[in-house]
Amino acid sequence: MKNNLLKKIVAGLLTVTLTGAFLSGCGKTTDVDNGTSNAEAKTAGYRTLDEIKESGYINIGVFSDKSPFGYVDENGEYAGYDVYFAEQIGKDLGVDINYVSTEAANRIEYLQTGKVDIILANFTVTEERAQEVDFALPYMNVALGVVSPEDAVITDLSQIGADDEVIVISGTTAETYLTKNYPDIKLQKYDAYAEAKTAFENGNGVAWANDNTEVIAFAIENEGFEVGISSLGSADTIAPAVTKGNDSLLQWLNDEIESLGADNFFHKDYEATLLDTYGKDYEDTLVVEGGKVEE
Amino acid sequence: MQNLGIDVLFKGTNFLRLLQGLWVSVEISLISVAISIVLGLVVGALMTSENKLLKAILKIYLEIVRIMPQMVLLFLAYFGTTRVFGWNLTAEAAAIFVFCFWGTAEMGDLVRGSIKSIPVIQYESAAALGMNRWQTHFYIIMPQTLRRLIPLSINLITRMIKTTSLVMMIGMVEVLKVAQQIIEANRRTSPNAAFGVFGVVFLLYFIICWPISRFAAYLEKRWA
Repeated sequence: MKNNLLKKIVAGLLTVTLTGAFLSGCGKTTDVDNGTSNAEAKTAGYRTLDEIKESGYINIGVFSDKSPFGYVDENGEYAGYDVYFAEQIGKDLGVDINYVSTEAANRIEYLQTGKVDIILANFTVTEERAQEVDFALPYMNVALGVVSPEDAVITDLSQIGADDEVIVISGTTAETYLTKNYPDIKLQKYDAYAEAKTAFENGNGVAWANDNTEVIAFAIENEGFEVGISSLGSADTIAPAVTKGNDSLLQWLNDEIESLGADNFFHKDYEATLLDTYGKDYEDTLVVEGGKVEE
Repeated sequence: MQNLGIDVLFKGTNFLRLLQGLWVSVEISLISVAISIVLGLVVGALMTSENKLLKAILKIYLEIVRIMPQMVLLFLAYFGTTRVFGWNLTAEAAAIFVFCFWGTAEMGDLVRGSIKSIPVIQYESAAALGMNRWQTHFYIIMPQTLRRLIPLSINLITRMIKTTSLVMMIGMVEVLKVAQQIIEANRRTSPNAAFGVFGVVFLLYFIICWPISRFAAYLEKRWA
């Protein structure tokens, strides 16, 4: 109508300056960041053992809200089973540790982009993951567990009758495992931990199947329940992971885990961090010493 | 009365950490909002242009922002740029970039809507008074546009503040993450802490967002 020409000119000019601003903005940020972290940029992906030692720090990805494995205590310090091990790694490498708070969903991304050197975040070894990252030797066992009321303890899945229901949380390994291997067992599925817990406490199911660390902790915290089956299904392990191809760091980690096994390091770790939650009885079920899984 | 677990906030440095987390959220959102408003005004003006190519480009930009969840944008900016270009943006830079990218598009669309909503008679009256195009825009259209924009943009700003909770996915420890850390660290000793701690987080968000909406209400009244 009226102001077409003016608008066109202004629009044209602004497009040019705006695009320019955006591009140069990006460019600048990159320059600055490359300046501070040259090492990462050069090796494109990961830092080798020598580069880590030279830089004087190591980036370790841990959970910051998974007590008692990786959490932040009331003084703002990282603590837990994974962190206890991380501290030892820092000490033995002679470098400072820079903890990165990770989530379950971004652990692989962090390694693949080299933004952390090691992930020590309760990382279960699976075949799919092993294609994306390199796992070192394991330092913990995980399996499924089944908890049931003390007066009707289920020690074998064959005890579960045709009309009995077992509580599981949707999307967990327990659900997948039971659906696949015991299709006859009726499952009662809940979306969240809290719902499943309440339902189980109210007697909605004869048993509750979940990761064994979860059910053991539950039985210890709650009177009247017992873990009848503490290790069910394929026994998985938890191990540190490094970026795929970072052989020097992987080798060092494996040597470290083996030599730490000589003085029972992970048992000490368990006693320092997990004992309160899981008790003495499950120490040998959960701990893997020196990277050797006992059958 | 049942223990709501607010006491866990006073253990050690917990409350201080919560406030530090809040500052991380506020800092990111304030910087992003400031940049988004400036760029949004420009982009919004451009969206009303008659230039077909420019309009198409901006339309695509807006649609991308609308369709992509902010989480995906964050992953792209933080991890994606490292993978593809080898850039190493800090988590903070990535977060601010994403929030500006998002805020600019949405702000632009609000500006466009506001400009379009000014009746033609305003332009015509200005012309009748002998104003030139620049004067019409600066003295007649812009002030009315800004006034219509305020309630709309407050909505966007508070939304941006709340969405900063997503930056935990790229390793930044903001207020909600600190809250989760505190709850989990005390899971055994105070199982009910979740309610109290999240309640306090709610209050903190409220304390941040409420003055903004009060300020907007004040401006609206003053300019009405």
